[in-house]
Amino acid sequence: MSEQHSHTVEAHEHDDHAGLSVSRIWQVFGILLAITVVEFIIALLLIPKGFMTQKVGNYVYIVLTLLKAFYIVAYFMHLKFEKRGLQITLGLSFIFICYFIVLMMIEGSYLHEHMPKV
Amino acid sequence: MSSLSQLDQVKTTPWSGGRSPWSVEYGKIMMWFFLVSDAFTFSSLLIYYGAQRFSKGAWPAPDKVFQSIPGVMDHGAPLVFVGIMTFILIMSSVTMVLAVEAGHRRSKKEVIGWMIATIIGGFMFLGCQAIEWSHLFHEGFHWGEIPAKEELAQFFNGPVSEVSAQQFANLFFTITGFHGFHVFSGVIINIIILCMTINGTFEKRGHYLMVEKVGLYWHFVDLVWVFVFTFFYLV
Repeated sequence: MSEQHSHTVEAHEHDDHAGLSVSRIWQVFGILLAITVVEFIIALLLIPKGFMTQKVGNYVYIVLTLLKAFYIVAYFMHLKFEKRGLQITLGLSFIFICYFIVLMMIEGSYLHEHMPKV
Repeated sequence: MSSLSQLDQVKTTPWSGGRSPWSVEYGKIMMWFFLVSDAFTFSSLLIYYGAQRFSKGAWPAPDKVFQSIPGVMDHGAPLVFVGIMTFILIMSSVTMVLAVEAGHRRSKKEVIGWMIATIIGGFMFLGCQAIEWSHLFHEGFHWGEIPAKEELAQFFNGPVSEVSAQQFANLFFTITGFHGFHVFSGVIINIIILCMTINGTFEKRGHYLMVEKVGLYWHFVDLVWVFVFTFFYLV
């Protein structure tokens, strides 16, 4: 048992980081770049040419942004290969941000209706 | 088995003590917690921006405000310059991961190379941002200042709102400024870590965990940019 307890820093270095090889890093870079290119195609071609409305485009942008955020956090920041407990601890706090978004959306739409249109 | 012998048994679950349940080094956990708190700060800025924008009927159109490539063309290239900035920042994020990866193999030379690449990327991004800001200053946008009403029409699709233009200017400079400040401090920290690597501090320590920690910070800066980019330049 005691060997297991005396985990040194180097010891879990190795099993922790087996997930991210150099080729995987470039693969994730390719995905991030591809998503950004798609965003530009939507902004510069699809919306101006009328294939997509700005409103639909905005939802697509948000989904693509969250997807990019996932790849950065999961692979570049290595969270995908951390212990489940750490993932949950860090992830749960974002409930407050979601709550704040909802509150401010309600506030924004109230102002939208009741403020003088300048 | 009696209840007494059950008490004597050594518990080996992750949370029963004696070892780190997350098996993450202390400094790294603290960096994560700092980043979560920083994410809250950036979220509150961006959510306030969102609420303001949501409450207004008219808002400056991003492809009309940002349509110059400074030094190349003044008009007619919407989003190209910010595209270059985004590419630079993603690229420097990749060089940072490669530095971390080289650190795991304890290859000092490669860590130095990739750290230098990351620092150059950071400076390039800051330079682009300075150019972008000075371009907007020349157009008349500043904290508390907007172009004259006649000139304002060119930045809007449809009706013009001075209140919206003012909110846009204040929030744009505040949020990109706060992000730029993070990039700047990230570059400084990267330079410190580069010096420590060159000095062989991590070689002597036996691990390159410090590179990982600044890497987390650097990726977070990239992460924030992804959101700033979407909500200021695309939506």
